[in-house]
Amino acid sequence: MIGIDWYLALSAILFTIGVIGVLIRRNAIVIFMCVELMLNAVNLSLLTFSAYHGDIAGQILVFFSLAVAAAEAVVGLAIIIAIFRNNLSVDITKVNLLRW
Amino acid sequence: MDIYAFVLLAVLAIASALGMILNKNTINSALLLVVNMVSIAGIYLLLQAQFLALIQILVYAGAIMVLFLFVIMLLNVDEEDTLLNSFRVKYLLAFLLGVIIFGQILYSLGGVAEMLPEISSEMLYVGTVEAVGEVLYTDYLYAFELTAILLTAAVVGALMVAQYKAKPAEGTE
Repeated sequence: MIGIDWYLALSAILFTIGVIGVLIRRNAIVIFMCVELMLNAVNLSLLTFSAYHGDIAGQILVFFSLAVAAAEAVVGLAIIIAIFRNNLSVDITKVNLLRW
Repeated sequence: MDIYAFVLLAVLAIASALGMILNKNTINSALLLVVNMVSIAGIYLLLQAQFLALIQILVYAGAIMVLFLFVIMLLNVDEEDTLLNSFRVKYLLAFLLGVIIFGQILYSLGGVAEMLPEISSEMLYVGTVEAVGEVLYTDYLYAFELTAILLTAAVVGALMVAQYKAKPAEGTE
């Protein structure tokens, strides 16, 4: 087995790319995909710790996290469709109904 | 052998993630995210999690990304013309914040390699369907059943939110 640091570094890099993507993009769908990327990075680190502790509970947690991510994607995309129907754009700078 | 496979998959994952956030075309972003998910599934295989690697490909790269592509094509929004050519300060700030978060993660994970327990060779498990299912259907049975309720609620909620026009309440007795 290769060292745990490699997996954790990869997870950290993917998470950071996801954060930067959320910050620089204006398309709501791409922002949503970046959130999925961050979820994946965290799943990767969970699996890494699970494997290096010899404990299978981490894999179960990743399984539930996948199920919740599926539910979250369904609801999030429905919200994006609803927003698109209201102002014909998925540009988040044009969604300012609640802005003071 | 492991290290070569890991480096290949990691480079693929990072490159596709970078391509995803820098691509102007939304559909290309979604397809690059599929590449990213598949390479992460390969890394799961390196971590002896066969079942989750399969689930990752089936659920993430299959179902969720089809949903994304379907919504992108349904809404017909494929260009984001303002990317990377206005408001440079924002990108600089985003990059700086990303570097800070990366540093924080690395700092908090710094000494973790010394804190690992010694695992003997018989404690090493393989995450096959059998091994995962045995734990899932005994220790975590209630959580598993609750997941079913959660998924049902999510589907019903999504239908309600995305419905074209909700019928007025007085129309239904």
